[in-house]
Amino acid sequence: MTATAHEETVHGAGHKHPTDRDYMVIALILAVITAGEVALYYIDIGGAMIPTLLVMMVLKFGIVAAYFMHLKFDSLVFRRMFIAGLVLAVAVYMAVLAAFQYFGDDTTSIKQNGDGVQVTGTE
Amino acid sequence: MTATTEELVHAPTAPAEGHHTSTGLSNAKLGMWAFLGSDCLLFGGLISTFLIMRSKPIIPGHGVKVSSLYDIPFTSVSSFVLLMSSMTMVLALSAIQRGDHRRARTWILTTALLGLVFVSGQVYEFTVFNSEGFGFTTNLQSSAFYVLTGFHGVHVTVGILMLLSLYVMSLRGHLPTERSETVEIVGLYWHFVDVVWILIFTVVYLIF
Repeated sequence: MTATAHEETVHGAGHKHPTDRDYMVIALILAVITAGEVALYYIDIGGAMIPTLLVMMVLKFGIVAAYFMHLKFDSLVFRRMFIAGLVLAVAVYMAVLAAFQYFGDDTTSIKQNGDGVQVTGTE
Repeated sequence: MTATTEELVHAPTAPAEGHHTSTGLSNAKLGMWAFLGSDCLLFGGLISTFLIMRSKPIIPGHGVKVSSLYDIPFTSVSSFVLLMSSMTMVLALSAIQRGDHRRARTWILTTALLGLVFVSGQVYEFTVFNSEGFGFTTNLQSSAFYVLTGFHGVHVTVGILMLLSLYVMSLRGHLPTERSETVEIVGLYWHFVDVVWILIFTVVYLIF
């Protein structure tokens, strides 16, 4: 095998580079997951809905990053750089959401009293 | 000196056009990844702000909750269009790496058109929401919604401009196979815009 031919088929840490057909199959998988997400929106599966949608979202994110953005095949440096930003963003904003009591029970309501003045109270 | 199999396998991202870098990686590509990593923080901030504002009650007389205006079938089609544009983008890269410039141009133009369809859909959605009394300054939730989705729309628009620039460069013969990394870098940006929409579609439209 010549160096050029080898370069065409091997990429990154020895992984085979996807072909055009592979990319189309990946796109089809992404489309099916999206259709599943939309279907879940209309089908009431109770408390399992949000975790299932989040898992499907992470799956789609991972597939696009790994295959379309070639993170699976490219240098580890790129992967670490992107994941570092991602993890930092998730950590920082989870802290922000916690600071704003996003995860607590929000029972605050806004009502109008007899004079038409809006009052804020906790139920 | 001929490259051995070992060298080719472990140096997949050697800088384009033979430039030497201290990391052995392309500086341009490294720069794009650094930008994308930092852009995660921008969108993280905007999504968090929307979630916080979304959880707050609406003061009577100051509009409605955005979730009551969503047209999920319409947004689902828009999401599908953007997802497919990621596929056409990666096919454009694959074509130019093979030296098939005609096909690469076709895929680049298709990607730009799909992006345009997505942005047009977003403009239509904003127009409908606005006509329903959900304007930019109606309430805190509306401002957070428009800033988040608007920022994403601006990213898509910038991506379309980059794609059209690639198309013109290719037509003029300024995008030979050796410079396929330029297409790859624009592709990274485009795919990032797609993954951000994957988050927005699920978190903003479907879940909350």
